[in-house]
Amino acid sequence: MSQSSVDLPPKGGFSFDLCKRNDMLTQKGLKAPGFLKTGTTIVGLIFQDGVILGADTRATEGPIVADKNCEKIHYMAPNIYCCGAGTAADTEAVTDMVSSQLRLHRYQTGRDSRVITALTLLKKHLFSYQGHVSAALVLGGVDISGPHLHTIYPHGSTDTLPFATMGSGSLAAMSVFEAKYKEGLTRDEGIKLVAEAICSGIFNDLGSGSNVDICVITKGHKEYLRNYMEPNPRTYVSSKGYSFTKKTEVLLTKITPLSERVEVVEVAGEAMEE
Amino acid sequence: MSIFEYNGSAVVAMVGKNCFAIASDRRLGVQLQTIATDFQRISKIHDHLFIGLSGLATDVQTLNQRLVFRHNLYKLREERDMKPDTFASLVSAILYEKRFGPYLCQPVIAGLGEDNKPFICTMDSIGAKELAKDFVVSGTASESLYGACEAMYKPDMEAEELFETISQALLSSVDRDCLSGWGGHVYVVTPNEVKERILKGRMD
Repeated sequence: MSQSSVDLPPKGGFSFDLCKRNDMLTQKGLKAPGFLKTGTTIVGLIFQDGVILGADTRATEGPIVADKNCEKIHYMAPNIYCCGAGTAADTEAVTDMVSSQLRLHRYQTGRDSRVITALTLLKKHLFSYQGHVSAALVLGGVDISGPHLHTIYPHGSTDTLPFATMGSGSLAAMSVFEAKYKEGLTRDEGIKLVAEAICSGIFNDLGSGSNVDICVITKGHKEYLRNYMEPNPRTYVSSKGYSFTKKTEVLLTKITPLSERVEVVEVAGEAMEE
Repeated sequence: MSIFEYNGSAVVAMVGKNCFAIASDRRLGVQLQTIATDFQRISKIHDHLFIGLSGLATDVQTLNQRLVFRHNLYKLREERDMKPDTFASLVSAILYEKRFGPYLCQPVIAGLGEDNKPFICTMDSIGAKELAKDFVVSGTASESLYGACEAMYKPDMEAEELFETISQALLSSVDRDCLSGWGGHVYVVTPNEVKERILKGRMD
């Protein structure tokens, strides 16, 4: 009985059946693996026409950089985006899940999503897992009631702020915001300030690095500036490339020719008739 | 000792011009003792999609069986093979489902998508996808593999040059890792053929 429930596609939610075995392995002295974290500097600010979100692009696995150009600004709705810090799988899964729920809600109500809807869905989920789903988020968007910016902590508490930073580089970025933020910034001033705050995180925090991503959301319009700034290009590219002195020795080669991929084209008028 | 170091493994995938290569080592060990020298870490999902799994060997085999099963179900329903990015989302969902008691493996997925555009990605043990345009690595030799691939990789390599590059990167990295090695297993996939090669490496 229990075996069949493993094979069928599950109904959703978490499954805990490997917990006992993993506990046993940990007790025998084998340490549990580390997860991909997004060390991160994520920021958001409200300017005169809407919201600007910014993030760095480094993903770390312990002290190693696993991804030099990952995307930390996740889509939630056409007018709402969310930056995520913490365990990468948790931020991706939680933002994907709430994004689907928001879309279903839009179909049901026939209205654009509100930022506060996304906020409530996220905080309910995170609180119910008591902080074990380790996602720290900066949620921003513009809806019918104006621009909104919120921060959400892994345990489920939220703040509503005019400017916010999260992640390991949050102190570096917040120092830039506290010094230079003022109300009623124009779009260019806002982008410049966000880029400066993220760069401060990139250069001073070891968990953040690589490039700056920016997302500008205004009423009815959004601009996702992927890799807006690339302050860390690779400087040591050799034009000759790497040359190998000795070729690899091959013991066995097996070649499997593949058939041409057949494309099935539906020709109109050839549908089966009764 | 970490759970990932119990069996030892090294998997790497690289992107070339309308082709990709995926390679793994062949050792299966129990901590410092070698049990087998022909362990299959890479499995074929369909002609243009391969998945390599590093980490605890029992979870590698279980996950392989589950994924092949799910793909077979998909083929029966959709009457076509799964695209590589869809498959990556499927693997990510299966791994995240076990967020609080995870499968102790890290997959490397490589495939040819539409228009024969190569696709590679890797994930941590709970399904955080990491798409890359050049190369992805996983396993106990991952730190050496990162270094070797960064130095040796060039964009837009043809199949033969790609094979040479990935083999050299794999063998030089596993030579610096006690827990992986004992030869290499490389698959180079172009739109027309799959070349599977077994490499001669240091047997220590």
